[in-house]
Amino acid sequence: MDDSKFWPQGVTRCKPGAFIAWMVVCLGLLGWAGLSAFLCIFKGLNQTNMNDYFAFGVWIVVDLAIIALGAGAFFTGFMTYVLRRDELKNIINAAVIIGFICYSGAILMLGIDIGQPARGWFGFWHANVHSMLTEVMFCITTYLIVLIVEFIPLILENRQINKVPDLAFFAHHLHRIMIVFAATGTFLSFFHQGSLGGMFGVLYARPFAYRAGIVIWPWTFFLFILSAIASGPSFTTLIVMLTEKVSGRKLTTHKVKMLMGKISAYLLSFYLVLKIADTLYWANVTLPKMGVTFGDLYAGGPYGTYLVWLELGLFGVVPALLLLQRRVRESYGLMALAMVLNCCGAVMNRFVFTIQPLAIPVLPFEKFVGYLPSWQEWGISAGVIAYGLIVFSLAYRYLPVFPQEVELNKG
Amino acid sequence: MLPIVFEWHWDVGHFVFMGLFYLALGIIGGGLALAFKATMQDLCSGKDPHEHGHH
Repeated sequence: MDDSKFWPQGVTRCKPGAFIAWMVVCLGLLGWAGLSAFLCIFKGLNQTNMNDYFAFGVWIVVDLAIIALGAGAFFTGFMTYVLRRDELKNIINAAVIIGFICYSGAILMLGIDIGQPARGWFGFWHANVHSMLTEVMFCITTYLIVLIVEFIPLILENRQINKVPDLAFFAHHLHRIMIVFAATGTFLSFFHQGSLGGMFGVLYARPFAYRAGIVIWPWTFFLFILSAIASGPSFTTLIVMLTEKVSGRKLTTHKVKMLMGKISAYLLSFYLVLKIADTLYWANVTLPKMGVTFGDLYAGGPYGTYLVWLELGLFGVVPALLLLQRRVRESYGLMALAMVLNCCGAVMNRFVFTIQPLAIPVLPFEKFVGYLPSWQEWGISAGVIAYGLIVFSLAYRYLPVFPQEVELNKG
Repeated sequence: MLPIVFEWHWDVGHFVFMGLFYLALGIIGGGLALAFKATMQDLCSGKDPHEHGHH
């Protein structure tokens, strides 16, 4: 079986046998997810370890994490098409695909999380316009439409599909007005990233999550946007680096990766200054006003102050200091390490905000509680990762994702 | 979502929220319609689809 006529012009890919074997591994994970999804829909959410304490579990953690990491799509699109940073055109396709995977994966996962996916339309039809979650729901689904529109021209540029004149013209004209979609995507993404943070910040009955703010927006609204745009470019670059290592081919110049690292560095530093200020204000002003102390919130249960040091220190200040240095960005390995730490910080932040507020007692008869996901919950989470691997692998194999690939691999 | 739904109110919240939502959908739909129209025009004029070069 030879599929080379579908590969982008002038590139080579692994043998079909190896590719099929890789797909079988991913499909195995998808099978686990399929079984888990079937059980959750057929038997109900009692298949999970969520309960009256933990209405949010690992699915929401993964959801928020991949949506933050997928922010590379909208921010790179904004930099490429709106701010005209032309060198980012060499990585924008990968960013769009990763964004598409993250957002569609998150929505698929939410379909299971709501328990009755057939009633998912209810939130749209009977929209509560005062709810942060409603804004998230509308913006995420609309932004997914934008991502699909941004992904379509790339699919139409497949070597065989592009031979069809209608489709080639359509791809060209979509490209011409991509700035419109990029700007719309930026607007939508900006607000739903913020509303995801705002959703926690307005929980005044949960001192761990509650934050002061400005007008209707708690500080977490702005902090979530900043952490997403700081980690998104790092995640996109990491996936490109990983693809380079697996395929043994150069896909973008190191200069492009360094630029992404520099963008992450400045945004992460700015985010950390505000995040540390927010944490200090919350610990010294907000919490005492609510009748609790910082120590009270970490006085029991499995979620100790080590999480603060991990999130702000090892996964915050350390990668920011590393990425700010040109010498680190010039080193392939060190930059990758710093980017991994940066992405871990975003994931840790989403974990802390999702799980920890629910674990801390807020009523006199409550105790600290812990949560571990069931195998069905892990199954759905693994399924989203497998789905992402399949889509990205297919895109890399058959679509001209990296404009510099042919030139960088000559000879 | 629509004024025909029972809980709809003609207030600022609904105007701002739903107005921005429909604006975003309108821009996406308008952009797609423009691309589709230009495609039809190019097809009718008999242009070579690959003269635009690689993107």
